[in-house]
Amino acid sequence: MSAVDTVRRVLDTHGKLKTPAGALTEDDDLYAAGMTSHASVNVMLAVEDAFDIEFPDELLTKTTFCSIRSISSAVEGLLEAAA
Amino acid sequence: MFSTRAGTTIERPGVLVGCDIHPVFNVVESIDVFGERYLARVFTPAERAASGEAPERLAARYAAKESVLKLLKIPADVAVPWTDIEVGADPNGAPTVALHGRAAEIAADLGVTTIELTLSHDGGMAMAVVAAMVEARESAIAA
Repeated sequence: MSAVDTVRRVLDTHGKLKTPAGALTEDDDLYAAGMTSHASVNVMLAVEDAFDIEFPDELLTKTTFCSIRSISSAVEGLLEAAA
Repeated sequence: MFSTRAGTTIERPGVLVGCDIHPVFNVVESIDVFGERYLARVFTPAERAASGEAPERLAARYAAKESVLKLLKIPADVAVPWTDIEVGADPNGAPTVALHGRAAEIAADLGVTTIELTLSHDGGMAMAVVAAMVEARESAIAA
């Protein structure tokens, strides 16, 4: 399963989206799709669990969690840094 | 804001406000699913101790943190950990806000001198309202 697929699965479980994540493009605004700030905390924690990573403080921005692509890119960056 | 003959601008003193409302159930759900990791990422040890980790009191503190983020108008690409905004209490038990790290830097840049906070919860919802005093400042007009 790709990082994008895993992020979509996490969003469906924790993102409180009004639209299934599979129906969103990678660049759609997740906040516009219904994700609240608090839901983004859950998404962050679930993504950490899924990839065995931890988001550092400098990535705790609204921009990091604004789209499937931005979350996946952050994950891939953290995985590369840990490799 | 107005200009002076000396080529500077003076920002008038003013007030910034922020508010937020938050379902208590969301906090209950996050604690159930993520437990200690959720609590430690969002709340300081002092907040956890003072609230007794009661969901309605934690939800009010979360609403306070969101209120302060709105008050400070944090840009989307600026990182402010939730623990940089800490809810405490004065000797009379009234809620207070202490800012740390990046949140404190942004508040200082805005000229924030004091922040007042009020919290409430009822009917499964928690809310917070914050107001900040901003001092008058003088700065050079850009050419």
